[in-house]
Amino acid sequence: MPRSFTLSLGLATLVLVAACSASTGASSSASTAASAAATVAPSVAASAAPSVAPSASAALTDCATNAVVTPGKFTIGTDNPAYPPYFAEPAASAKPTKPWQIGDPTNGNGFEAAVGYAIADKLGFTKDEVAWIVVPFANSFAPGPKTFDIDLNQVNYKTERTQTADLSKGYYFGNQSVVTLKDSPFAKATTIADLKGAQWGAQVGTTSLDAINTLIAPTKKALVYDTNDLAVKALGQKTIDAIMVDLPTADYITNVQVQNAKIVGQFQGATPEYFSAVLQKGSKLTDCVNQAIDALTTDGTLDNLVKQWLPFQAAVPVIKP
Amino acid sequence: MTVQHPARRRGPDPRAVRSSLLALASCVVVFGALIWIVVNAPGWPAVQTSFLNGQVFWDTLPGLLDAFIINIQLFVTAEVLVLVLGLVLATMRSLHGPVFLPIRVLSNAYTDLFRAVPGVLVIFILGFGIPGLGLIDPKTDQRLFGIIALTLVYAAYVSEVYRAGIESIHPSQDAAARSLGLSRMQSLRHVVIPQAVRRVIPPLLNDFIGLQKDTVLVSFIGVVEIFRYSQIVSAATYNFTPYVAVGLVFVVITVPLIHLVDWLAKRGFGSAVTASGAVR
Repeated sequence: MPRSFTLSLGLATLVLVAACSASTGASSSASTAASAAATVAPSVAASAAPSVAPSASAALTDCATNAVVTPGKFTIGTDNPAYPPYFAEPAASAKPTKPWQIGDPTNGNGFEAAVGYAIADKLGFTKDEVAWIVVPFANSFAPGPKTFDIDLNQVNYKTERTQTADLSKGYYFGNQSVVTLKDSPFAKATTIADLKGAQWGAQVGTTSLDAINTLIAPTKKALVYDTNDLAVKALGQKTIDAIMVDLPTADYITNVQVQNAKIVGQFQGATPEYFSAVLQKGSKLTDCVNQAIDALTTDGTLDNLVKQWLPFQAAVPVIKP
Repeated sequence: MTVQHPARRRGPDPRAVRSSLLALASCVVVFGALIWIVVNAPGWPAVQTSFLNGQVFWDTLPGLLDAFIINIQLFVTAEVLVLVLGLVLATMRSLHGPVFLPIRVLSNAYTDLFRAVPGVLVIFILGFGIPGLGLIDPKTDQRLFGIIALTLVYAAYVSEVYRAGIESIHPSQDAAARSLGLSRMQSLRHVVIPQAVRRVIPPLLNDFIGLQKDTVLVSFIGVVEIFRYSQIVSAATYNFTPYVAVGLVFVVITVPLIHLVDWLAKRGFGSAVTASGAVR
């Protein structure tokens, strides 16, 4: 018994090793092919005419009706809790509809909620035909069929990410920004050099963390938290000196979450960051969603939504290199 | 059961060869079928790209191993503290007599509390609570809180292991020691505990393995150890391969330890100690 067990264990290991080594070769070639395809796909020119009427073009409607996961519905995913200013809280005393915790996407208020309905409108869906579902960040790129048509979750475009998911054109171009407590020695920083000595913190899985490591290259290792809320708590009790976040999030933190915090400044990187909608890898919808975003850019809808929901960008000073 | 051969021929026993071949064939069929089913599943190419991506694996591995140094720091430091604190707690609990009641109660309460509370909560409460008190430098290295939390939790488990060992030593050992004029503490120190510890080495190593794996929980207070690092890479690449790589690193670290436990058990550690081998 023990001998045959050891034998089978050994065999299993061998088989597994063989399977793994075979798969690594195959998958790396598959992934390079995938990324090549992805770089070609999003460069489809906007065919939608820049008409004044915000209604959908026939071509876009045709494209979308046959490609959505639930016929007759445009299903949009985002993480729960959904935060302002991307998803606005319901009016005072009202509770968000279940299962939403803080911001309620279904009311159409807040930047990403509004963008979601605007894209749906361009694709020929009425407000009632839009369904919002909870999609945790990791689920948005998990393999297998997707439960959503598009996922709007402040996902910054990264080329590496297009290996396993389609990322749309940008619907918001924003900068990373620094938040500190008002009484922090780093609150008066104006250059990157002023910020190198700070203990940084950020949320895991964000491009903000990349920005800390590439833009700032701090002397102390950054602490990385599961959520922005935890990073904000650590800031509040001075475990960390500074947080890097997208500018709209910085506004929410300083206005709502921590009263004695301030936005020290924003960064203007060489390559501007932008939010993309996440879609199933190779989705038929990617093309029409890109066209819809082009149309919303051309007719000024996205600019108006930025002005309506994210109205503070100009006032924040730029941190110099 | 075993039928003796009238005369043992040289060379391998044909029946042993036959059973080995059967075992081999059965393994090939069973594991072959499992692998065939997985590889031919409709979603396999997508799963392969997401979970077994060779390029991502090799790109991630150096960073992962670098981050794993933090896990090693955490579990080595915590384990040393756990072994000491656990033994202190178990000894406190093994003191007889009405005078020692408060000590026994304290030790009991401690093990009850820290075995009941999920480890991740202890880490959270220390990591976010202690700096919030404003008594110590809020910039205190978060690894320290991780080590303290893991020590608190695992010392509770380990003290119970020690206690089981202490209680498994026959009272006659203590009685004999006392009759030689040793005090209760001396008897514990020189007679009971040495035998008890020897007996519980396998379960102690088990808890050490548990501790190693629980070091990933320290990521919750911001420390970029191996799991948090893999999360970062996973989110940046939209790929789950870094998690598989973390699993592999833990397997490589833990499996030899598991087999050490088995080997020790075979050598007599952990089983009843014979009278001759009782005290070394």
